[in-house]
Amino acid sequence: MKKSLLVNLALIAVVLGLAVWFAFLKPVRLGLDLKGGVYVVLEAQDTKEAKVDNQAMDRLVEVLDRRVNGLGVSEPVIQRSGDRRVIVELPGVKDTEEAIKVIGKTALLEFRLLKSDGSLGDVLLTGKELKKADVSFDRLGRPQIGFELTTKGAKIFADITKKNIGKQLAITLDGAQQTAPTIQSEIPGGKGVITGSYTVDEAKKMATLLNAGALPVKVKMLETRTVGATLGEESIQASYKAGIVALILIAIFMVVWYRLPGLIADLALLIFGIIAFGTLNFIDSTLTLPGIAGFILSVGMAVDANVIIFERLKEELRLGNSILAALDAGFKKAFMAIFDSNITTLIITAILFALGTGPVKGFAVTLTIGILASMFTAIVVTRVLLKGFIYLFKIENPILFGVRR
Amino acid sequence: MNLKIIKNTKIWFTISITLVVAGLLLFMVKGLNYGIDFTGGTLFQLKFEKSVKLSDLNKDLKDMSAKYKELESKKIQISEGNVVLIRTNAFEEAQKDNFLNDFKAKEGKFEILKVDKVGATIGKELKWKAINALLIGSLLIVLYITIRFEFRFAVGAIVALLHDLIIAVGAIALLGYEINTPFIAAILTILGYSINDTIVVFDRIRENIKKKSKKNIGDLIDDSINQVFTRSINTSVTTLLAILAVLIFGGASLRTFITALLIGILSGTYSSIFVASPIVNLLEKKEAK
Repeated sequence: MKKSLLVNLALIAVVLGLAVWFAFLKPVRLGLDLKGGVYVVLEAQDTKEAKVDNQAMDRLVEVLDRRVNGLGVSEPVIQRSGDRRVIVELPGVKDTEEAIKVIGKTALLEFRLLKSDGSLGDVLLTGKELKKADVSFDRLGRPQIGFELTTKGAKIFADITKKNIGKQLAITLDGAQQTAPTIQSEIPGGKGVITGSYTVDEAKKMATLLNAGALPVKVKMLETRTVGATLGEESIQASYKAGIVALILIAIFMVVWYRLPGLIADLALLIFGIIAFGTLNFIDSTLTLPGIAGFILSVGMAVDANVIIFERLKEELRLGNSILAALDAGFKKAFMAIFDSNITTLIITAILFALGTGPVKGFAVTLTIGILASMFTAIVVTRVLLKGFIYLFKIENPILFGVRR
Repeated sequence: MNLKIIKNTKIWFTISITLVVAGLLLFMVKGLNYGIDFTGGTLFQLKFEKSVKLSDLNKDLKDMSAKYKELESKKIQISEGNVVLIRTNAFEEAQKDNFLNDFKAKEGKFEILKVDKVGATIGKELKWKAINALLIGSLLIVLYITIRFEFRFAVGAIVALLHDLIIAVGAIALLGYEINTPFIAAILTILGYSINDTIVVFDRIRENIKKKSKKNIGDLIDDSINQVFTRSINTSVTTLLAILAVLIFGGASLRTFITALLIGILSGTYSSIFVASPIVNLLEKKEAK
C-alpha cells in the first residue's frame, strides 16, 4: 500500500518536473489574435498558361517562403491546405498592409511581342526562366531593373530576338506593360533591362519580388486577417485576468463545499494547470483567444472528475466506512463515469480538430489536453495527495470531508 | 435528497418542448445574424483618437459609397473607447487602402485594430463543415453510448443534446449576436458538455441496474438522479464560474462564444436530469410491454 503510494508520488514528481521544464523551456507561441500580425489564405487558380498541380503548389509555398523571409518575421507559418490553398501566418508583423502586398504580389514576368495594332501577343517566355534581377541605372541615372535568364531561358530569348528583329518586345509585370523596346538584333546572353518610370524604391521592390520568384500560378486571396498589436495586448491582459479570477472562484468553491478534499483538489488544480500548460508548450501549439477560453473552460470541467469522486467519497463515508476504505471505493466507483464522460468529450474535440480551421483547431487542442490532464490529476494526483495527507496527519474525522455522522 | 423526477415527466417535457419550439421558431423566423466568416465581407475595427458619432459615420460612409461600391452593404457599431466596427462587402486590397485613407481624411485619425476579409466561398464551406461536424459528432456519440450502455440511452442522450443545441442557437438568435467561427466551437463544446453531463447520470443508472434491485425502472432512475444530483449542480457551478470570469474580463470578441456556452451549459445540466433520463424510462417501459 505504502509502496504504491511512493511509486505514484515519484510518477507525479516526474510528470510535474517535465511539465515545469517544458513550460519554461521556451516562450509560448502566441497566435495572431494575441500578438498581432497577418493571416492570409491564398487559393491558386488555373489560367491558360499555368494549370495548378502538385508541383506548382510546392513551388508556390517555396516562393512564399522566400518572400516572407524577406519580411523578417520570426515565426512564420506557411502551409498547404487542401489541393490548391496555402495558409500564411505572420505573427508580430507591424506593417500588416505591406506584408499582405508582398505575399499577394504575383510578380508575374512575361515577354510578349507587340502586335501591329499595339495589343499584346501570346506569351513567349515567363519569369519561370528568370535567374536573377537587380537594380541598375541608365545613362540619365534613372533606375531600371536588370535581369538575367537561365540557360534555357537565354536560348529561348535569343531565338525570339533573332526571329523578330524590328518588332517590339513587350515586357509585362502582372499583366501590365512595363516597357516595349524594339528588337535591334539577336540578344544571345539572356540579359536585358526593364525600363519604366520607377522610383529607386519601386525598382528595388520589383527586383526583390522577381528574385523571390514569380508565383508559379495565379493566386487569389480568399481570406486576409490582420490584427494590430494593441488589440493583441489587450486580449492577453483580459484573458490573463479571466484565468486568474476563474481559478480563484473555483478554488474557493471547492474548499467551501468539500473541505479537506477540496483543498487537495485545489492543489491538484494548480498541478493540472502546470501540466496542461507544459504539454501545450511541448507540442508547440499556438495559443489563441478561443484557445485560452478553451483552457479556462477546461479548468471548470477539470474539477468535474474531482466532484464526481468526492461525492462518491461522501456517500461511502455516510455508509459508515472508514476513511481509507471510503477513499478507495470512491475512486474505484467514480472511475467509470469519469472515463465514459471524458471519452465522449474527446470524440467531439477530435472532430473539431479534424474539421476545424485555425482558431477552432487551437481550441480543440487546448480542450483535449485539458481533458487528458484533468483525468490524470483527478485520478492519480488527487488520490495520492489525499492518501498522503491522511497517512501523514492520521486523519480520522469525517467532518474534514464535509460529512457529519 | 428525494426528487420525484419520473413522476413529473409531463411537466419537464412541457417546459422543454416549449423552449425547443421557441428556439426553433426564433431560428426560423428571426434567423441568425451571420458574421463575415459565414457571409464573406470585410470587417474593420478602428480606434479613433477623438470620439465619433454614429450619425456622422453613417452619413459619410453613405457619401463615400458612390466611390466605393463595397460600402453598399454596411453595418456600423460603436463600442467603448471610440472603437468602431464596420462591416462591408469584401474589399480588394488596393481598394481597401484607398478607402481607409479617404475615411481618415473625413473622420480624423484612427488606429487600425483589426481588418478581416473573408471571401464568400470560405463562408459557404464553413457552414458545410459545421453541419458535417455536428452530424459526424452525433453519430459517433450514438455509437459509443450504444456500445458502452444500450441503444435507448443513446436515444436519450441525443435528444437531450438536440434540445440543448436548439435552445442555445435560439437564444443567440433572440439576442441577435453576430456569429462567427468561434460560435461553431461553442456549439460543439455544448455538445461535449451535454453528453458529458448526461453520461454521469447514465453511469449511475447503469450501476443501479446491475445491482438488480427489485424496484421498477422509474424508481431506480429517480434514485440514481438523486444520488448524482449534487454532483451535477456542483459541476455546472464550477464550469459557470469559469465562464463568468471569461464573460466579464474576456472582452467583446468572445461574447457570442461565451453566451452560447453559458446557455448551453445551463440547458445541458437540466436536460441530463429532466429530459435524457425520463426518455430512457419511457423507452424501457415501452419495451417491457
